Amino acid sequence: MLLIPCPYCGPRPEIEFRCGGEAHIARPQDPAKVDDAAWGDYLFLRTNPKGVHAERWVHTHGCRRWFNALRDTLSDRILATHAVGERRPDPPR
Amino acid sequence: MAQTYRLARGGRIDRASPIAMRFNGTTIEGYAGDTIASALLANGIHFVARSFKYHRPRGIFSHGSEEPNGLFAVDRGGARIDPNTRATTTEAVNGLSLRSQNHWPSLALDVGAAVDVFSALFAAGFYYKTFMWPRSFWRQIYEPAIRAAAGLGRAPTAPDPDRYQHAHAHCDVLVVGAGPAGLAAALAASESDKRVILADEQAEMGGSLLHDMSSTIDGSSPWSWLEQTLARLHSRSNVQLLPRTTAFGYYNHNHLGLLQRVTDHLVNPHPSGPRERLWQVRAGEVVLATGAHERPLVFPGNDRPGIMLAESLRVFANRYGVLPGQRAVIATSGASAYTVAADLLAVGVQVTIVDVRRHQDCAVEAAALRGAGCEVLAGHTVLSSRGRKRVNALLIAPIEAAGPIGARRLLPCDCVGLSGGWTPAVHLFSQSRGKLTFDRKLDAFLPEASVRGESSAGAVRGSYQLSACLAQGWRAGAAAAGLTRERHFKASATRTGFEPVRLLPAANRQGHAFVDLQNDVTANDIGLAVREGFRSIEHVKRYTTAGMATDQGKTSNMNVIGLVAKTLGAAVPDIGTTTFRPPYTPVTFGALAGPSRGRLFEPVRTPPAHAWAVRHGAIFEDVGQWKRARAFPRANEDLQAAVTREVTAVRTSAGILDASTLGKIEVVGADAAEFLDRMYTNRLSRLAPGRCRYALLLKEDGYVFDDGVVARLTRDRFHVTTTTGGAARVLQHMEEYLQTEWPELAVYLTSVTEQYATIAVQGPKARQILAPLVEELDLATQAFPHMSVRTATICGLACRLFRVSFTGELGYEINVPADYGQALWDALIESGKALGITPYGTEAMHVLRAEKGFIIVGQETDGTVAPDDLGLAGLIGRGKADFVGLRSLARPDLVAPGRKQLVGLASEDARTVLEEGAQILADPSEPLPMRSHGHVTSSYWSPSCHQPIALALIADGRSRIGQRLHATTPAGVVAVQVRDPIFFDPTGARVHG
Ligand SMILES: [Zn+2]
Repeated sequence: MLLIPCPYCGPRPEIEFRCGGEAHIARPQDPAKVDDAAWGDYLFLRTNPKGVHAERWVHTHGCRRWFNALRDTLSDRILATHAVGERRPDPPR
Repeated sequence: MAQTYRLARGGRIDRASPIAMRFNGTTIEGYAGDTIASALLANGIHFVARSFKYHRPRGIFSHGSEEPNGLFAVDRGGARIDPNTRATTTEAVNGLSLRSQNHWPSLALDVGAAVDVFSALFAAGFYYKTFMWPRSFWRQIYEPAIRAAAGLGRAPTAPDPDRYQHAHAHCDVLVVGAGPAGLAAALAASESDKRVILADEQAEMGGSLLHDMSSTIDGSSPWSWLEQTLARLHSRSNVQLLPRTTAFGYYNHNHLGLLQRVTDHLVNPHPSGPRERLWQVRAGEVVLATGAHERPLVFPGNDRPGIMLAESLRVFANRYGVLPGQRAVIATSGASAYTVAADLLAVGVQVTIVDVRRHQDCAVEAAALRGAGCEVLAGHTVLSSRGRKRVNALLIAPIEAAGPIGARRLLPCDCVGLSGGWTPAVHLFSQSRGKLTFDRKLDAFLPEASVRGESSAGAVRGSYQLSACLAQGWRAGAAAAGLTRERHFKASATRTGFEPVRLLPAANRQGHAFVDLQNDVTANDIGLAVREGFRSIEHVKRYTTAGMATDQGKTSNMNVIGLVAKTLGAAVPDIGTTTFRPPYTPVTFGALAGPSRGRLFEPVRTPPAHAWAVRHGAIFEDVGQWKRARAFPRANEDLQAAVTREVTAVRTSAGILDASTLGKIEVVGADAAEFLDRMYTNRLSRLAPGRCRYALLLKEDGYVFDDGVVARLTRDRFHVTTTTGGAARVLQHMEEYLQTEWPELAVYLTSVTEQYATIAVQGPKARQILAPLVEELDLATQAFPHMSVRTATICGLACRLFRVSFTGELGYEINVPADYGQALWDALIESGKALGITPYGTEAMHVLRAEKGFIIVGQETDGTVAPDDLGLAGLIGRGKADFVGLRSLARPDLVAPGRKQLVGLASEDARTVLEEGAQILADPSEPLPMRSHGHVTSSYWSPSCHQPIALALIADGRSRIGQRLHATTPAGVVAVQVRDPIFFDPTGARVHG
């Protein structure tokens, strides 16, 4: 079970969280102006990298807040977490 | 039986505490400190089991958790029966009853042993080859027969009366294994102020020190060093010692699962205490000192009772004071077995060593043993064993320089020790996703790179010298605690080094040479699998079942890998290991379940009028975790009769329903209206305070996600209801958009589901029932119309009073603080008594709404249904530029013709109540496979319309109204008329009462 550092509560076990998939997928400002293909991409297409993955988590059974995390999908190591809107930190080398 | 094989003195058993147990009905004796295995051997019992596939006689093979043979059903009385329990790790306790397994009618006389005679039929993969044809035999004949023959023990059938506990712990340093390396690690770490846990699977800590009579550590004997070390660890408050505790799983981020056996070693455990405790430990640093397992040698007949691992002979003699036999042969390809021989000689056993290695490769240790009066036959191989239910001789021969085997000789013996070298126990290390590397010199896979916060010490790293184990342990423990203190341990030399031999040389091999004892896999099976084209070790494992039993191949894995490599002419590292998966040793289901059984399996949520419903004979249904009253049948009423009466009461006078399970969310803030406009299909910002609207919530993909009533209490405060099952996910869905898409909106979301009791009063007399209880509020339709909300006072309680209807009748839903729900219920019943108020359950509620064509999310929808499919396009706010899901409603597939649409169905025979899920056909005579035009989503007998009614999703359904289609039933196909989904009161006049 992962140990996830919630930016608001500190490290907590994974069962307190829910993963919200890839981060930084911005909802289009004016969806009506987006064509079908681009809207389909927004809805369904996600990257599936081997390595560092920027993803969203929510501390469902804690502070109930959403935040972003950088996780290495190979080692499951969580490299950084940060609040929504904060600049994404560079992954440590 | 008596302990005829117990030594007169020695061992760590407590001779002042004799115990008696039953083995297959015979009494055996032992002492506290024995395992079941050592007690059986003390009584001279070697033949204890029948093997899995060939039903061959088997004996105790090892002294620890690697045991492949000695598995018993251990009966602790009552329903306390554990099948497949390893004799070598189960402490002997007075009164235990042991039964051997996998035989009929008895251990000595086993019909299944006939399999051994025909064993040529049962080679690797025989399941896959033999039971292929005829195809029709599989279900009736092959599968039941295989299932009856499969498995070893029998699972108990009565519920487990014991309690099991779950515990969570955090520590800075977790040390797994309390042998010399683990003890040194814990000692070093405990010199800091860090929290240290030392866990060991055995009853006594000490590992190999417990059977080491000859080494010295800093001038002390192993036992006195152990005593001092444990005393020091006990005295330190930052150390927690967990004996009888197996670390069975190493998961992400240093999360480990530990199983502690709390009471199995006690005769009269405290009845309220837990039998086992499952620890979940999160450790800053982990030191793995998990040791190594000895490998057997592979030759025909290497499985007879009396044959065991060489080190185990030493353990039984030194630790338990048990003589494994009087005449021992030790067959070895390594040096450690010479120490075994020396210790056996010391207790009076006659010993012969058969060493596969050449004279010059074992000269030093051979000279030492010859000096002590032991015959050493270097450069010899073992061809086979003799003896029926216990070994009585080994057939050996010299390996001559040219290769062929020389003159044979029969060595009489009553026990045999096998030593084919050592395999580090890298299971936990590998589970932690650490990288293994193959060391050719040690013929072993060793820990190479840790993932994080882990280090390994001692034999698990291939370090077999006692001084190296201590030094490595100390260094690892100190480093894990952030210390740099060095310490040197002076220890006597350990005999180490071995030559890997995959299969003992023979000119003409006859009989089974077992590689994996527990699953009866022979060297021939491995060769056959490779010849048949299996190359990957994972495939060889699955095809031959080597390494797949409860011992997970602890003694066999390296020999299997080595044999595959040898047969393929490949290098061992190119073959690699199979994946090490938790658990390291079997874990009881009781421990995994812990307290989560029976009433505590899942929380039960009950609405405020639950106790009243129980008293009034309600039958209940589970809706998520809620218990909801399904109906209130009276004496002699079946469900249908009760539902008909309840529905009729609502249509003619009034019904009362506990609707408290509905999700309730308060949406508050200056931007609350704007936020709801973006979330819901409706334009809720136009809702005037005091008004409500039925509203739909979509996911971004355009499909219906939930529905409910949105009520505006004031300009900046909304009370939103959700479906019972959707309460939590709707709140999460709203939070997600609020926090991640529109954090600039000033909105606060609060779940108030548990804060309010919601009582619905529905029916033409509802107003009359409510009026006497409500203060200072005009209930007349002009003042308080349908779809409006008021804060009011009822029975002196502040309430949120909704005029809403899910029945099509005049109706109210009254929200009061949850603790007053029952009081309000009682008051309403009292007030409505003369008017025929009738409690109704969820079944009547469903019928009432279906008569009106109202949908239930999750019944009429399945995650692929859009608003227009339900005929609810009117709920999409006209001119809205955006809300969650709007853009998707224009996706090509959502506007294409042929989508399934909600319609009503009436059975033409006016009798058949269709089944929910029934398929809709256009032409029942169509050849197979027929096209399905849709399916029934809801179906009931309608008491109000006196006919069966059904809702269905049918392709282009609205354009087919008036047509005749067909629905499948278990009895055949019935004709149905497609119609409008509103069956009752189509103009909707009744809600305005
Ligand atoms: Zn948090």
